[in-house]
Amino acid sequence: MPTDLSAETSRDTPRDTLGALEAGLDALQTDARDRDPWPRRLGRSVLPPVLAVVILLAIWQVVYALHIKPDYVIPGPAQAWDTASRLWDDGSLQRAVWTSLSRGVIGFVASVIIGTPLGIVVARVRWVRVAFGPIISGLQVLPSVAWVPAAIIWFGLSDATVYFVVLMGATPSIINGIVGGVDQVPPLLRRAGLVLGAGPVQLVRHVILPAALPGYVAGLKQGWAFSWRSLMAAEIIAVGGSLGFGLGSLLSQGRDLADMTVVFVAIVAILLVGILIEMAFFAPVEKRLLRRRGLLQS
Amino acid sequence: MTTTDATTEPAEAAPGAVPADGPAPAVRVSDVTKRFSSSGPAVLDGVSIDIRPGEFVCLLGASGCGKSTLLGIVAGLDRPTSGTVEVGGAPAKAGRASLMFQESALFPWLTARRNIELALKLNGVGRATRAERATELLDLVRLSSAGDKLVHELSGGMRQRVALARALAQDSPVLLMDEPFAALDAITRDLLHDELERIWRETGRTIVFITHNVREAVRLGQRVLLMSSRPGRIVREWPVVVTGERRIEAPEVAALAAEITTHLREEIRRHAH
Repeated sequence: MPTDLSAETSRDTPRDTLGALEAGLDALQTDARDRDPWPRRLGRSVLPPVLAVVILLAIWQVVYALHIKPDYVIPGPAQAWDTASRLWDDGSLQRAVWTSLSRGVIGFVASVIIGTPLGIVVARVRWVRVAFGPIISGLQVLPSVAWVPAAIIWFGLSDATVYFVVLMGATPSIINGIVGGVDQVPPLLRRAGLVLGAGPVQLVRHVILPAALPGYVAGLKQGWAFSWRSLMAAEIIAVGGSLGFGLGSLLSQGRDLADMTVVFVAIVAILLVGILIEMAFFAPVEKRLLRRRGLLQS
Repeated sequence: MTTTDATTEPAEAAPGAVPADGPAPAVRVSDVTKRFSSSGPAVLDGVSIDIRPGEFVCLLGASGCGKSTLLGIVAGLDRPTSGTVEVGGAPAKAGRASLMFQESALFPWLTARRNIELALKLNGVGRATRAERATELLDLVRLSSAGDKLVHELSGGMRQRVALARALAQDSPVLLMDEPFAALDAITRDLLHDELERIWRETGRTIVFITHNVREAVRLGQRVLLMSSRPGRIVREWPVVVTGERRIEAPEVAALAAEITTHLREEIRRHAH
């Protein structure tokens, strides 16, 4: 640390001893910890999950090799892989992933657009909160599959059914995320904003919303998980009509054909898409947000 | 939790008030009483204080004497149950006086510089001059090289200096400070006393400084007001006259601090039964 100290004082060229003292103290009290080089960080974060997948595959192979159940009930990894490459080659796997993913993303974005302003109103307007708060929390608990029959009666076997179910799955989580985030804004920060002369709108814009952002992102993450799940449920139940062929439909087809490998492939694909969205989008956003606020050790 | 009858307290020559022929006060607290519920005990009871423009007043009292409640009322964050508060001749309102808290209360999603710029923005300073003003303020608290640091990357002392710069950005003549150095280590606190005194002299602000540290009050204030607890009242005041450089270890500071401590302890003892 002594080298840092001298660097700090000489850079500031303090005019008097008080300045020098203070610069010295500042240098001593702020620790400049370097982050590990990225290959090491990558090794630490990527290697364990990969290992876990390898272990799971090994267990699967062992169970298959023991022939506890006939092949058509528990097929092995190699057979599932064959089916996956067949579905990939004829393009139906990509089409199913694309159909589901685009539905999921469109439905999720619509939920965000609807849920965000609603969340702010519920969080900020007292009587709305008292009146609708419990209902919204209740909706969050209700599995959105429960909306599928109603949606089919209202919208028939069309994309509207799927979107409706996704919307009902994701929106309550997003609203609750904002409300939770706003509730957790430290009162001290509100007071600081008020003292600085912020009016009601400025307080929301410059203090409450930024302070509630981590809660909002957590709500979005949960909202995505719920919309992806409800989408799959809707696709499994509602097949045919003008509906496109998604991953849920692939799953349902596998069941109809009693082809366990198709079912496996569909399940793994659903899981992979969920993990990829989490890893590629939500995890980095959340990490950045928390690290910036000093809420996460690097 | 007995409410001791404090009516026996002999009335000093109206502690807190300034002579009638002085200049118009920067802060005038008139007969302020505060109860948190209509039937509850008075937290503040008939508090009156006049503070001259440019004066540095320290408000001293044991924990729970209502010092922070009083400051919140002067800052316009809370309303008194009865009585009035004027800041710069107008009724107290949030945003009229700046306020520093024990914790820095900086916005953790912004850098030091952005925190100051937000204060300038809320104070109606135009975009063009904001960056320049923020640089000046960072210079004033000697943090010109730390402007782009995030709040969690700053030490406690640095955060309080940024908070001070942010409070000064408000450009209010009155600066209220609620135990701003209480959570800092002794070395940093000593330095910040010197810093605050320098900045007070450079900016000519009126400062109301709350503390439960007697020496700190004598070190910094031109006037020290002692508050009683339950109900909170101003019971005594001391002018601080120090010749030469005032330091926390100066014998004059120590002597006055000892006298004030005696009175403070007397106040606290009254609650023993």
